[in-house]
Amino acid sequence: MTVTAETRRKLSCNFARVQSVFDDCLAHAQMKLSDSGVSAYIEGAETICKMGRGEEPVLVFLEEMPLIASQIGEDVIAEVLEFTRKMARTPNSKAIPAFLQTLTAAARHLESRQMFSEYLQLVWQTMEQTSPIVQGMGTVYASECLPGFLNSVPFLLSQLSLGGLKNWVTYGVKGHPNDPDRQRDYFMLQSADSRAVLQRERHGTLMTDHQHKLDLYLRGLWDQEAMLVPYSLAFDHLRKPIPYLDDNGIHLPDVYDDTPNGILGINRYRALLAHVSAHQRWTTPIMADNFSPFQRLSIEVFEDARVEWLAMREYPGLGKLWRALHPVPQQVEHEEGTSYIRHRLTMLSRALLDPEHGYTHPTILKFAAQFHSLMAAGSTTTNAMVDLGVHFISESRHPGDSSAHVYFDGTEIDYRDDNRLMWRFFEDGDEEVYEERPRKTMPEDEDEEPRMPPRLYPEWDYMTQHYNPDWVSLYEHLHPSGDAAYIDQLLAKHSDLAKKLKKIIDLLKPQQKVRVRYQEEGSELDLDIALRSLIDFKSGAQPDPRINMSHKNDGRSIAVSLLLDLSASLGDVPEGCTQSKLELSQEGVSLMAWAVEQMGDSFAIGGFHSDTRHEVRYFHFKGYSERWGDEVKARLATMSAAFSTRMGAALRHAGHYLSHRQADKKLLLVLTDGEPADIDSKDPRHLIEDARIAVRELEQLGIYTYCINLDPKADAYVANIFGKRYTVIDNIQRLPERLPQLFMALTK
Amino acid sequence: MNPSFDIKQYLIKKEPYYQAQTNEVVLYEAAYAARLPLMLKGPTGCGKSRFVEHMAWKLGKPLITVACNEDMTASDLVGRYLLDANGTRWLDGPLTLAARHGAICYLDEVVEARQDTTVVIHPLTDHRRTLPLDKKGELVAAHPDFQLVISYNPGYQSLMKDLKQSTKQRFAAMEFDYPTADLETAIVSKEAGIDAETAGRLVKIAEVARNLKGHGLDEGISTRLLVYAATLIKRGIAAPDACRMALVRPITDDADIRDTLDHAIDAVFVE
Repeated sequence: MTVTAETRRKLSCNFARVQSVFDDCLAHAQMKLSDSGVSAYIEGAETICKMGRGEEPVLVFLEEMPLIASQIGEDVIAEVLEFTRKMARTPNSKAIPAFLQTLTAAARHLESRQMFSEYLQLVWQTMEQTSPIVQGMGTVYASECLPGFLNSVPFLLSQLSLGGLKNWVTYGVKGHPNDPDRQRDYFMLQSADSRAVLQRERHGTLMTDHQHKLDLYLRGLWDQEAMLVPYSLAFDHLRKPIPYLDDNGIHLPDVYDDTPNGILGINRYRALLAHVSAHQRWTTPIMADNFSPFQRLSIEVFEDARVEWLAMREYPGLGKLWRALHPVPQQVEHEEGTSYIRHRLTMLSRALLDPEHGYTHPTILKFAAQFHSLMAAGSTTTNAMVDLGVHFISESRHPGDSSAHVYFDGTEIDYRDDNRLMWRFFEDGDEEVYEERPRKTMPEDEDEEPRMPPRLYPEWDYMTQHYNPDWVSLYEHLHPSGDAAYIDQLLAKHSDLAKKLKKIIDLLKPQQKVRVRYQEEGSELDLDIALRSLIDFKSGAQPDPRINMSHKNDGRSIAVSLLLDLSASLGDVPEGCTQSKLELSQEGVSLMAWAVEQMGDSFAIGGFHSDTRHEVRYFHFKGYSERWGDEVKARLATMSAAFSTRMGAALRHAGHYLSHRQADKKLLLVLTDGEPADIDSKDPRHLIEDARIAVRELEQLGIYTYCINLDPKADAYVANIFGKRYTVIDNIQRLPERLPQLFMALTK
Repeated sequence: MNPSFDIKQYLIKKEPYYQAQTNEVVLYEAAYAARLPLMLKGPTGCGKSRFVEHMAWKLGKPLITVACNEDMTASDLVGRYLLDANGTRWLDGPLTLAARHGAICYLDEVVEARQDTTVVIHPLTDHRRTLPLDKKGELVAAHPDFQLVISYNPGYQSLMKDLKQSTKQRFAAMEFDYPTADLETAIVSKEAGIDAETAGRLVKIAEVARNLKGHGLDEGISTRLLVYAATLIKRGIAAPDACRMALVRPITDDADIRDTLDHAIDAVFVE
């Protein structure tokens, strides 16, 4: 081994343990890498050695690197080295071994050079963003989250794509910016939200994304309704939950990956639902107490096969799906001291499902034939399966069956439920039910005044480009009432304006029937035109054939929702005015409400302000079917300003009501005096982006959103949110006049 | 009015295939014997129009069918003046024609017509059995063979589209629904000339869609569409493709429902 001797001279590293393993590592590297790769590898090890971080990183580097480099290219060595160097210059150098340790997992899961580099960037980002900043100094203290994060990475990468991992990290960084302890727990996968985000970002088919489809499937193919209750497979390692059916509904995994043989996740759900539905349709519960556990297992196999057989008679295509999902146990040599009962039953199950099973076990063949002849005879029952099951167990008995060591390989049929509803027990407590029993409901507090429960709305996070689900809690209240006469006074004050408006309204007001003349086809003959045509005709000229007329209804079908921003800034008195923006808005809204009432359009008024995402208050001033009367006026009279402007949730809420109106045109008018902002959102762009997405959502619901902004500097952001649909009112004093005019211009 | 008019052109020459579901043929015959106006209710494509054709053939009476629509006016039913070289000329509408010559007048999807249009049928549907032609100044007494039949689909009832009580209460009504699975299989198989097994599978898919009615589907798959699909299959199209084309794509734009129905097709037809 001259090469080894030569290179050993080159590896000037004096750690004894490094020297002791170096030969083996080098041999490994020479097998995997080219010559230039090997020399880069050795140089890398030396560099790390010279960083003065002890022997640990060198050992990890020597052990891991050949495999990584052989998987994604040798130039990765230089990149890793560069990264390690950079890291060594930060306070986080202690995490270097942990970092190097993650690289194998990263290389295995990411598989491409490009993605691997992105992963390195992500580690760097995580490190920077979780390092505490004390007195503006960011590079003094080590990140407490980094070691935990690096430990979690192998597991995370087995569950998430790189994109998912990025989102998971971003959530952790942003979710607990000022709470290092919770942030550490997050990155160690110890906190609930950490797991929840992981769950959401997992690859595969998420149950929640396809719930509607699955509901339709149950209803359409099986004429059933059931609650689908997801459970998670990610965190139970010892005992994987099995799908089951109980009074609460069908419990099923929250996510299914596509199988290697090309069955989509959604179809795995359908296979499971089909199996459970078949049980519900054809299985009658039987007493369990008379049977041994083995007998019960065997009866279950026959019963599963029976309901599937019946289901396949209706939907032959299910057979293909089930056969693709059912494991194909191979006939194996039996070892002493191992129980093959599960293996035998799975083989039986396969044989019952798949006629081309190719097994030679005589008992299985015999019972499969018996089963099929029984099924072909028609009208089978669960009880018939009991006979088959009991006999199968006694005829196929094997001395090793009761051994504690059970052969499990390939015996898991994951689309079948645990058949708990098939059994009835004499005594309570025998059921194999582990989940908690329903808790006793707490007696409710009767003193509290009735309140509407919060409505939860998602919020768009532009950083991660996805919705934070159920992020904002919105409480709807009826606005307290005051003195309605106050609004009447305001209206009286603007009586000149009202007269002017009235003229426009009369022009706009729908005339119930409009005559449409000059029609070739119509409901009536238009005599004037007809005579003229007749004369033309008689005098030899070409007559006008459009001699009929018809009527058409000229109805306006518009639903309008006016959304008022009631944040604290509305209380300001703008320069050069004698009234606050709030008072001016009050006047404007009153006039507009009066005008809309005259027009006869259906019209609602709501207001909102927010105090963090946990409390967005939405005030109800006027509903669509409420008349513009004293009650509404009384509510408007006490309009007040407080807190901040979380616009997205309010837009979604107002849109929710508006989308349920039956009208040809739906208009949501937003009256605001500033950009969306809230005290728990430090990034000014965040709520603006959320509002922009909310407007786009409304557009998809067929709602035209229009903003009236009182902030002279609004152009900077308002176009971003509302596109071209906005007006900035610079001269706020003219608001009472402009508001109704704007409305009429919009609906002309 | 028009001496060259020949009501015989409205006679149905060949027996239209109709498979009775229950005793509707007997009921209809009894109603016709008493000349009671009839209302046929039922989802689209379940065989209402075919039934009327069949009965007209069976009774040997001419059948005048009017497909109603929103723009239809009273004069579209009753008749109107037209101009010709010598001035104006009256032209009978389909309802007048039927009343004058003793045909069965079938107003298909009558709720589509505006309510002020449908009231013109009132005098024909009670003891008077006359049709006043205001513009012409004529009172047409209905021919003894005349009968009025209307059909509508209560499925897509909306606030706007319903019959007035005063209209409803002039008719005896018969309710139609999609036939039972066996019957529908026989119908599809006979109409399109395919084997009963394929027809049975098509019916199975239709059942899936009918279960989804009200959950994103306004209407289930009609027998008519099943016949379309069967016709395509008969012409050599692969069954899943024919189903997608004739059964699924026409009735829904909703991706989830389309997906579910596509899956049902795969579950029912195995290559």
